[in-house]
Amino acid sequence: MRSVADRSTRFLWPVLGLPAMVWIAIFFLIPLYVVFCVAFGTVDPIFRSPVPIWNPLEWQFTQVQVVWDRLVGPDNFYLPAVLRTLMYVAIAVVACLIIAFPVAYFTARYAGKYKGLVLALLVAPFFISYMMRMLAWINLLQPDGLVNSIITMGGAVPLDINWLSGNPYTVVMGLIYGYVPYMLLPLFAALDRISPSLIEAARDLGASGFDLFRRVILPMSLPGIVAGTLLISLPMMGDYFTSDMLSKSPNTAMIGNLINLSIATPGQSGQAGALLILVLLVLLIPMILYTRSNARAEVRS
Amino acid sequence: MTVSAAPAEAILEESRGAHRRRLRGTSDARAYGLATITAVYLLWALVPVAITVLFSFNEGRSRSAWQGFSLRWYTWDPTGSVLNDESIRNALSHTVLLAILATIITVPIGVLFALALDRWRGRLPQGANFLALITFVIPEIALAIGLLFMVTYLATPFGLGTWAQVVGLVTFQLAYPIVICRARLLTIGAHYEEAARDLGASAIGAVRRVILPMLFPAILVSAILVFADVLDDFVIVRYLSSDASTETTSMRIYQVARAAPTPALNAMATIILVVSLIVIVAGWLVYRRWTLKQGENTDVASLANTL
Repeated sequence: MRSVADRSTRFLWPVLGLPAMVWIAIFFLIPLYVVFCVAFGTVDPIFRSPVPIWNPLEWQFTQVQVVWDRLVGPDNFYLPAVLRTLMYVAIAVVACLIIAFPVAYFTARYAGKYKGLVLALLVAPFFISYMMRMLAWINLLQPDGLVNSIITMGGAVPLDINWLSGNPYTVVMGLIYGYVPYMLLPLFAALDRISPSLIEAARDLGASGFDLFRRVILPMSLPGIVAGTLLISLPMMGDYFTSDMLSKSPNTAMIGNLINLSIATPGQSGQAGALLILVLLVLLIPMILYTRSNARAEVRS
Repeated sequence: MTVSAAPAEAILEESRGAHRRRLRGTSDARAYGLATITAVYLLWALVPVAITVLFSFNEGRSRSAWQGFSLRWYTWDPTGSVLNDESIRNALSHTVLLAILATIITVPIGVLFALALDRWRGRLPQGANFLALITFVIPEIALAIGLLFMVTYLATPFGLGTWAQVVGLVTFQLAYPIVICRARLLTIGAHYEEAARDLGASAIGAVRRVILPMLFPAILVSAILVFADVLDDFVIVRYLSSDASTETTSMRIYQVARAAPTPALNAMATIILVVSLIVIVAGWLVYRRWTLKQGENTDVASLANTL
């Protein structure tokens, strides 16, 4: 009797886990493999359509070579977009940290009875479509929009700023605006865990405001800073729609735009795949870092 | 010469008090400063969206000059309103359809996996968990292109369209129920289940009658998050769409926003915003009812901590 129960238990958990594992294998691993087969495949000379090579032993490197040459070769017209992406993401991450830290700190420590309300407002942008939030800025920044009419005081000052075509400030602002909520939540979670008595103790032992920040609050919020930074910088590396919505100009193209354009161009799917693989290789370490920090957080809780 | 102890203590006490008062003063100043920053941030984050909503009620065609309140772009404009423009109506219904389908599939698969992962130790489930976490942070474009290539070069009979979109969305959202339910399972611990087993429940019975009810708030939260996130999805639904009939609201905004749209676009975005608000508020009310009944902590902060 007992052994029957044991046997059913032994198989119960794998059976419960099976659907998700099959799903991930079929719809995550196989697609990634297909990307490799297309990137390391050839292109039909007549129809310009990609011909994937399914056997890894026969993979060819012509498409990767093309992409590589465009990155670092003599004809390196991909390179500016790559450098631009790194710069935009770096600026946006630092700006998000600078904005999110005081806001998260206030919410965690000083919001008092308004904590729930403030938190609900901080979370609100999560539930407003990203495209709607970009649309909001297109409305504000169009030539006769609110921003220009405030700057020119209703047309009194003759000033014509074109925000929406190829303006890097607009794109970086859009990235900050779009991603800062994803920085706020992990930061808040980390800061909220710091016990007030710990801060009091540091105070009683004579720590100045700056000491308190540098030696207590900053180290203890480090997991939140790391999680938030990864959580916003990884998706930004594949972002093409922010630049498309707020600029639509090659002057502000990011890596995501290169990939998106290659997909749309006949015969360049393989190059899109190769570019994607290069991006994923660079992001592999930060992605693993994120899963590790997640696992550690689980162990701690 | 000796100084008597009492005045010295008084002086010390006095200076301590001054120190404390000074500290409290700077602390108040700091609180006000931080409150100001937070208020400015919230205005910056939410006012542009509020203006977008406001202009969906504009009488004229402009999205920047107010010409009076009207429901023109929702109902009565003969060609351009949400009600009369078939492509907008279609985008709205398709977006909601995708959200429902993706939520129905994602949540059960993810919850079952979280249950399995909690008890089944080994390389295989750990590896699957690792991959699920990767899908959480991998640039969405990678998943979208992978599935696009798979459908166009390998699984050709499958075809792009609604089901390809659903498959992509489920893959991308699977991490939500897994992460949230695992966190909850870790706080529940093993002893409830053990007690149920000792009292004669079968393994399945213990999960069904003891663990699942305790897990309900986490399941609810992940369902709301998945639903709201799918409403907003853009990259996956765009790459895996087939034709105009599988266009979503986010795709439509992307398509039209830079080409002199009317306030009907704002109206459509507002409607999706209202749908997601309704789902969140309804979910929140159920969550509160449930946790109050169970006598648990219900503040938003504890909810945010599970994310």
